[in-house]
Amino acid sequence: MNSKLLLPIALGASLMFSISVEAKMMNGEKLAKEQVFTYRLLDDIKSFDPQINTAVQGAELMRDLFEGLMNEDIKGKLIPGAATGFTLSDDKLTYTFTLRDAKWSNGEAVTAKDFVYAWRRLVDPKTASEYAWYMELMGVKNASKVVKGEVTPDQLGVRAVDDKTFEVTIDNALPYFASMTVHGSTFPVLQSVVEKHGTDWTKPGNMVGNGAYVLTDYRPGEKVVRERNPLYWDNENTIVDKTVALIINDDNQALTRYLAGEVDKTEIPAGQYPRLLKQYPKQAYSYPRSCSYIYWFNIGEKGPKSLKDVRVRKALSYAINREIITDRILQGGQYQSFNFAHQKTAGFQLPKIDYAGWTQKERDAKAVALLAEAGYGPDNPLSLTLNYNTSETHKKIAIGVSQFWKKTLGVKLTLANNEWKIHTTKQQNGDYEVSRYAWCGDYNEASTYLDLLTSYSGHNVSGYSSKEYDRLMVESKTMKNPNANYAKAEALLAEAMPFAPIYQYTGVIMLKTNLRGWPVDNLMQNWYSRALYLVEE
Amino acid sequence: MLNFIIKRLFFAVPTILVLIVFSFLLMHMAPGGPFTSERALPPEILANLEAKYGLDQPLHRQILIYLKNVVLHFDFGPSFSYKDRTVNEILSQGFPITLTYGSIAFVFAVLSGVSLGVLAAIYHNSLLDYLAVGITIGAQVLPNFVMAPILVLIFTLFLGWLPGGGWEYDDPKYIIMPVVALATSFMASIARITRSSMLEVMNANHIRTTRAKGLPTRYIILHHALKPALLPVLSYLGPTFVSMITGSVVIDMFFSTGGMGLHFVNAALNRDYSVMMGITILVGVLTILFSLVVDILYAWIDPKIRY
Repeated sequence: MNSKLLLPIALGASLMFSISVEAKMMNGEKLAKEQVFTYRLLDDIKSFDPQINTAVQGAELMRDLFEGLMNEDIKGKLIPGAATGFTLSDDKLTYTFTLRDAKWSNGEAVTAKDFVYAWRRLVDPKTASEYAWYMELMGVKNASKVVKGEVTPDQLGVRAVDDKTFEVTIDNALPYFASMTVHGSTFPVLQSVVEKHGTDWTKPGNMVGNGAYVLTDYRPGEKVVRERNPLYWDNENTIVDKTVALIINDDNQALTRYLAGEVDKTEIPAGQYPRLLKQYPKQAYSYPRSCSYIYWFNIGEKGPKSLKDVRVRKALSYAINREIITDRILQGGQYQSFNFAHQKTAGFQLPKIDYAGWTQKERDAKAVALLAEAGYGPDNPLSLTLNYNTSETHKKIAIGVSQFWKKTLGVKLTLANNEWKIHTTKQQNGDYEVSRYAWCGDYNEASTYLDLLTSYSGHNVSGYSSKEYDRLMVESKTMKNPNANYAKAEALLAEAMPFAPIYQYTGVIMLKTNLRGWPVDNLMQNWYSRALYLVEE
Repeated sequence: MLNFIIKRLFFAVPTILVLIVFSFLLMHMAPGGPFTSERALPPEILANLEAKYGLDQPLHRQILIYLKNVVLHFDFGPSFSYKDRTVNEILSQGFPITLTYGSIAFVFAVLSGVSLGVLAAIYHNSLLDYLAVGITIGAQVLPNFVMAPILVLIFTLFLGWLPGGGWEYDDPKYIIMPVVALATSFMASIARITRSSMLEVMNANHIRTTRAKGLPTRYIILHHALKPALLPVLSYLGPTFVSMITGSVVIDMFFSTGGMGLHFVNAALNRDYSVMMGITILVGVLTILFSLVVDILYAWIDPKIRY
């Protein structure tokens, strides 16, 4: 369907809808006449192609324009999406998804073949997707071999049994496999459209999706507009007619435009949450967000000798006053952290980490004793370099930490600030002593964090390697309730301290008071425009 | 004159070639690459990406392929970070926007800057001079990254007259703030240069002669003083014009114009090699072109200069 045709249809549909909306009520509140939601987007969209896009921010666009097998509800619970449900074979290795009757925005039926095409496309070396690893992480049969070019994409463990049945075979049982299909890189795309337009298939007018919205306007660096897709299977229950993302790079400028009424939702700049909460108590929100902020200690080959001593690492971690970091520097309700996985992760029971229960005074005393034991003190002070990437907040935290370490332990800390790519390259090459890092969960389950520290993980840059840890994580994949293993794994980390946990994230945002349906309780912050609505004020 | 222009254009070609090769090498020397990210990519995926974008070739081959595409097909390649878009698309979308607000800002800065400078010089040491100098200094200490938020606070938040960002070619509401924020400090510099140059010219011998002839002051200024006084301004305007029409990071960032300015910095930070090269070449070509224009204007203004 070309753009000239598409727009009148979308407009017509929204017009029809706004008439029917007039008398419509939702949970006892009268719906606003104009159902347009405008929010701030930090950076421009790198790609609208589900298999190419890598950015977490902007992933909501994928979820609006396309629909994967499963969705998440407002609490983050898994609900049916393009599939009405799935069955799992007895050996727990074959998932069979049943697709619902749904249409693409050009009127064609959504079939299992579309999923087969998209999943093969993700791992096809020709696509060269940066997210091909996601399918390897899902453990889909032959995913790694396809990526490496050892077998052709049609050998991937996916199959269209018939038009409405999509079958996936995985290598090892994975209890949270279904929840991984919420991720954009597994969304279906229509082969005929992709092949017809090449990379231009994502341009407004060319793009065909199966989501609740269609892309109607994209102005790079300025805004992205999507409007109701009248052919979406649940169009009847979709309320917001149009969602506009305004691209605003600067946090403060975004806040000004929010206050001027130009956007309905924006992030709060660091340190301004308490003030805004006081001034606008019904608009400022802070809720858990699945990311964890740490300082890696390099205990690998290239790391300094001092950090190879676990007493030194423990001393450094203990001496960080996390309360000052969360309550004085960040001020957005962030959580002090003594472990790795975000404490609000679904089903995750925060394990008992002994130093979490101590007072800072006790931690400091213990830290001094440990460092002295390791042979460092006033006569032989410990010297280290801390790397962080350019950002006001990282800088403030680094200065804070350097003060804690200096005052309590007499550590001479050199702060090294690098721009992002240099920081990351040094970290991945092991060229650092202490280095800032943050990991955000891919899915709402603790292993998205804990797998990182296995000796075989490509993201483990600390040099930490423990057979027992690896065993616990491998075993957890097939356990009904893996929490006991996660607790043991976290305990191992607290004992070996390959990094100092610092804080766990919150999302701090401003939300207009007439907006309903924002998933503040969803740790992953996976929101869908079709779940939102605006009420009359 | 024609010979001079031809000669200059002829020398421009190797200059641009050197610019391309140097930028290309410098860029590839910077640590990290377009696909360096928080999540280290597995080697097999990195290999696929590098093969797709030709980064697996030796550097000298990459340069040759790049030059061939640029020269023969005018193709600047695909963007490494905006994977649905080519550099040609990015430039043809962003450059007209910065060209629009940049040119308007330029005209505004030149007209107001020159007027302020001339007035200040003619009424040297009077109240008008102090006022003009005051405005100039005020504008100079308000660079665009300070001007932009101030303007938005006043005109968007408090008065609600102008939108805080966005872009429409045919709606002046979107253009006013970017223009003012961009023009202010340039205006100040132009006014300052004009004033001091004008003061010097007004004390020159040929002006004394025209005064002795009894010509009216207005005539002297317009016909005898202004032209020579503008020479130093002119040499400032060449590069200024180029930097104004190729965009400003601050303006594009604050006002979400979709202009080209933001791309330059982002491309450098993201190691988006192709976008960075595209913009470098564009800025390079424009710089060479406008320094030629300035030289031609010089000859027109100053009879002592002949090529």
